[in-house]
Amino acid sequence: MGRYVARRLLQMIPVFIGSTLLVFSMMYALPGDPVRALAGEQAVDPVQIAAMKKELGLDLPLWHQYLNYLTGLFQGDFGTQIATQRPVAEEIARAFPITIRLALFAFVFTTVVGIAMGVFAGLKADMLRDRTLLLITLLLISVPSFVLGFLAQVFFAHQLGWVDPNVSPEAAWDELVLPAVVLGSLSLAYVARLTRTSVAENLRADYMRTAVAKGLPRRRIIGVHLLRNSMIPVVTFLGTDIGTLMGGAVVTEGIFNVQGVGNAVFQALRHREGSTVVGIVTLIVIVYLVASLLVDLLYAVLDPRIRYA
Amino acid sequence: MITIDKKTDVPAPRGAEDSGGSLLEVRDLHVEFHTRDGVAKAVNGVNYSVNAGETLAVLGESGSGKSVTAQAIMGILDMPPGRIPKGEILFRGEDMLKMSYEERRNIRGRKIAMIFQDALSSLNPVLSVGYQLGEMFRVHEGMSKKQAKAKSIELMDKVKIPAAAARVNDYPHQFSGGMRQRIMIAMALALEPDLIIADEPTTALDVTVQAQVMDLLADLQREYNMGLILITHDLGVVADVADKIAVMYAGRIVEQSPIHELYKRPAHPYTRGLLDSIPRLDQKGQELFAIKGLPPNLLHVPAGCAFNPRCPKAQDVCRTDFPALVPVTEQDGTELPGRRSACHFWKETIHG
Ligand SMILES: Nc1ncnc2c1ncn2[C@@H]1O[C@H](COP(=O)(O)OP(=O)(O)OP(=O)(O)O)[C@@H](O)[C@H]1O
Ligand code: SF4
Ligand SMILES: [Mg+2]
Repeated sequence: MGRYVARRLLQMIPVFIGSTLLVFSMMYALPGDPVRALAGEQAVDPVQIAAMKKELGLDLPLWHQYLNYLTGLFQGDFGTQIATQRPVAEEIARAFPITIRLALFAFVFTTVVGIAMGVFAGLKADMLRDRTLLLITLLLISVPSFVLGFLAQVFFAHQLGWVDPNVSPEAAWDELVLPAVVLGSLSLAYVARLTRTSVAENLRADYMRTAVAKGLPRRRIIGVHLLRNSMIPVVTFLGTDIGTLMGGAVVTEGIFNVQGVGNAVFQALRHREGSTVVGIVTLIVIVYLVASLLVDLLYAVLDPRIRYA
Repeated sequence: MITIDKKTDVPAPRGAEDSGGSLLEVRDLHVEFHTRDGVAKAVNGVNYSVNAGETLAVLGESGSGKSVTAQAIMGILDMPPGRIPKGEILFRGEDMLKMSYEERRNIRGRKIAMIFQDALSSLNPVLSVGYQLGEMFRVHEGMSKKQAKAKSIELMDKVKIPAAAARVNDYPHQFSGGMRQRIMIAMALALEPDLIIADEPTTALDVTVQAQVMDLLADLQREYNMGLILITHDLGVVADVADKIAVMYAGRIVEQSPIHELYKRPAHPYTRGLLDSIPRLDQKGQELFAIKGLPPNLLHVPAGCAFNPRCPKAQDVCRTDFPALVPVTEQDGTELPGRRSACHFWKETIHG
């Protein structure tokens, strides 16, 4: 187990280098540069621009710039934003917790509500409540989440006036309820369906019949014997879902004007702030990798037939 | 092979003192399945009984309703699509079909236990065997986790699983097929039930392991003086362990008999066919006999005797009149205790 974890952690190094390099090159390839973006529409002396670029190391070839960036990173320096002169780390420290909070909120909502709905429907497959679930989830899957987001905003904020259409810069928990529900709704539909199918299938398993024959109470048959087995595929899905939610958060943030990572990346792109974009994207990749490692380990706990060596 | 002398050192049957009746008695049990294609009549009036310390073998082709009858007794029938339109299942004189869910649950596992054919799929793959065994004690006897584990190890020793204490935390997939079936037996035995139903307990095992597992089951049954219903389609296994036998065809008992008499003189053409299809050493090289035709479609059981399309002795009456399960007698009319046959021509079959 220890060796497995070590190997998985080591595997993250090439993924880390690959993803930073990829994003870095993409930023490099984009037309325009941060210095010109800083100047805006004004006509600036090209000599002055060249001098500034030289000072910032932006005149160097791609590989050299990348090397400088990595060197800084290993010394714990994410770089400095050119326009604001603030350290990138500061911007990350401000934006990340908000997005993490939003994604986590959506994740908990997805997991708890999705599994509950799935179990509820799966226990009585093909009955009314099961068909209702299939219909609702089909709807959630087929409507794009930004459409859902705008609809929710119009309805709850503008029509009913229950919430503010825009989330304040502090992004308190209660303000994030609506964005989190919108963000989680697609995953919720998948989790509910997956749980439902898994429960309905395991309900027919031979070991369930054994559990009844043992004279166990119903609560135990379902809570211990059925759920442990039914959760295995769901947990796998939830693992990949954390990353999807982080990515989806960027879109949802736009709709509700949440000042999180999505907003930060958008601003940074406009100003061609390469180091900010690379830093944030890299962190998202790392969150994704760590989450999927955790889920793989949880998977082994749930299913003893899986052994990691 | 397995040889067990039933006559020696059998303690007084438990439960014989009260009611004087059988431990378990199934009366005119009917089970049907409502499927998309129609109503499948899987069990059509089964009658059998078991006493404490007695082994009843239930024999029959695939699909004859052996397992469904057992599931009805256990209360683990899939309902729906299953339905029990008629019949009684008396346990110590009380009809279990009239009991509440909780009353039945208290009987399951504690008084009547079941051993299934496929131990791998019948054990929960994600729970350790110790947990699954211990569950019996924790749920039914309110033991602590620790006590239950100690009991599980004891049980595993009892069914001769080597290094029980070391293996109690292992999972089902880590055991061999024979060991897994021993775990199933241990689980059934945990609370020393009055009756065990073993549904083809050895079919999934290879021959040497089969004999060991049957031996173990028979030994334990004798030790605890339990009733045993042994479901099988292997006449060879039955001869050594069973006291009496019930032959099923299309959801009915077609013949009942004490074990040895059945082999000597079957009173039903179907039983005769089954006996003739056992390979015998003295007929080596000859072609094996097989009952011709296929088991009936349960959606459309033939009128009259269900066996008539396949029966070599069938007459016109067989296609119209339903043969009741009647007592079988000697030629001079003296009754043969425990023998019954559901054939219009049982006389010709047994004495002919
Ligand atoms: N849950 C179910 N739904 C529909 N039909 C069923 C169900 N369970 C059993 N049956 C039908 O009942 C009939 C009797 O099945 P049963 O399992 O009792 O046969 P069996 O005698 O045990 O055969 P085998 O030797 O193959 O185990 C079969 O034709 C089967 O198709
Ligand atoms: S009743 Fe007729 S068809 Fe049925 S077993 Fe007897 S002889 Fe054969
Ligand atoms: Mg069967």
